[in-house]
Amino acid sequence: MIVELAGGDSLIHRLDPRVKIVVVFLFSVVVAVSDRFVVLMWALALSLCIVLVARLPIKELIRRLIPVNMFIVFLWFFLPFTFEGEPLFSVGPLVGTHEGVLYAARISIKSNAIMVVLIVLVASTSILTLGHAMHELRVPKKIVHLFFFTYRYIHVIHREYLRLVNAMKARGFRPGTNMHTYKTYAYLVGMLLVRSSDRAERVRNAMLCRGFRGNLYSLSTFSMKREDVISLILMLALILALGVLEWTKMV
Amino acid sequence: MDENGLIINLEDICFGYPGRPTVLDKLNLLFYEGERMGLMGSNGSGKTTLFHIIMGLLKPSSGRIEIMGRPVKEEKDFREVRKKIGLLFQDADDQLFSPTVLEDVAFGPLNLGKSQDEAKTIARRTLESLGLAGFEDRITYKLSGGEKRLVSLATVLAMEPEVLLLDEPTTGLDEATEKRLIDILKGLDISYILVSHDMDFLKEATTGITCMSNGTIVLDDERIPHTHVHVHKHGRYVHDHGLSLPGKKR
Ligand SMILES: Nc1ncnc2c1ncn2[C@@H]1O[C@H](COP(=O)(O)OP(=O)(O)O)[C@@H](O)[C@H]1O
Ligand SMILES: [Mg+2]
Repeated sequence: MIVELAGGDSLIHRLDPRVKIVVVFLFSVVVAVSDRFVVLMWALALSLCIVLVARLPIKELIRRLIPVNMFIVFLWFFLPFTFEGEPLFSVGPLVGTHEGVLYAARISIKSNAIMVVLIVLVASTSILTLGHAMHELRVPKKIVHLFFFTYRYIHVIHREYLRLVNAMKARGFRPGTNMHTYKTYAYLVGMLLVRSSDRAERVRNAMLCRGFRGNLYSLSTFSMKREDVISLILMLALILALGVLEWTKMV
Repeated sequence: MDENGLIINLEDICFGYPGRPTVLDKLNLLFYEGERMGLMGSNGSGKTTLFHIIMGLLKPSSGRIEIMGRPVKEEKDFREVRKKIGLLFQDADDQLFSPTVLEDVAFGPLNLGKSQDEAKTIARRTLESLGLAGFEDRITYKLSGGEKRLVSLATVLAMEPEVLLLDEPTTGLDEATEKRLIDILKGLDISYILVSHDMDFLKEATTGITCMSNGTIVLDDERIPHTHVHVHKHGRYVHDHGLSLPGKKR
């Protein structure tokens, strides 16, 4: 299920996770609100440079980009025809507009640029470190807890799911389009929910037994090194440049 | 501590889950310091429920609970109890919720107000004492069943409890790990109550065996050293017709 790529060793892998989170966050915000093609293309180029520095396996990167791009392909079927404006081409009675195509192109570039940096972030940092860095960055405690518990129990729930599916298969269940199948799947989902909620109760009890009073303490400490500071300043400058380019309409 | 070394004193405890028949029916239990009690009873006879009542996770509908000479009633009282009594859960996946082993073992000490460094030291020391040195950075969900069980025990021991409640610690363990668990338990300087269906294991790890049936403790008064008792106790156990639900265990 979750395959971590955190094993590599590059400048990006070694960077303080807090720096990475801040940079990815600011980058995503700026790219998301930008509209000019120059800015978007630079952003995409920047994200690809980051991939190169992180030395991520390109195959893995592409595999992870597929789901987003499936969605984007879908958008390309609709957006060009739903925007009013200068006609560009026509398919039967449908007319694709210049504006619609540009809009779809913007979305494609934006989402890919953002996804690429996100993938680099997740792939170069272990989930654990990421959670602790979020905590250090004063992300609300509850969100960090949710993040940790999701990571810890998604496997347990997945295993429970597989057990149920196997139990069904072992008794000759073959999915089809009939009431029996729908009912069985409904039971499966219901059973998973009930089991997860029971599990949550038991985990809470186990935590209470060990003195839990609402605080999770972290054992990791982070420290900014010289390369962290330099990378942070460099990336902030580049993101700022993108922002300036967008708002002053230079170039 | 009670002057007689009485640690757990349950008087006439009654409990039932909502809408279900009574599980515990006027149960009485006396547990003294230094005791290593084995607890047997058919599936569904209420052993887990009993442990949860001692820890204050379930509230009895009537009866009195006294821990170390003090009556305990409210959540606030039980918070103190949980510092002294450690419960090892039946399912290790419930107990290990932190991503890494070290964090999970350090969780209890941190809650008790230890500093990060102290908590880490305690966690390392506990792991080492259980032969788990080098497990600190292992991811909890990737541990094997036996490792999970031993790490769970470490998380409880790290809180330095005076009493342990062990709920079926041998389920799913292979013989070697079971042997290791016995050695660990024998080496501990702690009183404990141990639930198990395994006669041989109980014989090795406890000083006396108590049975639960029909929601109460039976044979409590004749807790004789088991060397000659367990044979016929075993017989009684088999004939037990308590609230057993066949096939309840997974
Ligand atoms: N959360 C629950 N809700 C309702 N009934 C329960 C619950 N947990 C246990 N029971 C019932 O209470 C009885 C005692 O269970 P338990 O204490 O787990 O037994 P044991 O640990 O001895 O196998 C069983 O009949 C069981 O079905
Ligand atoms: Mg039980």
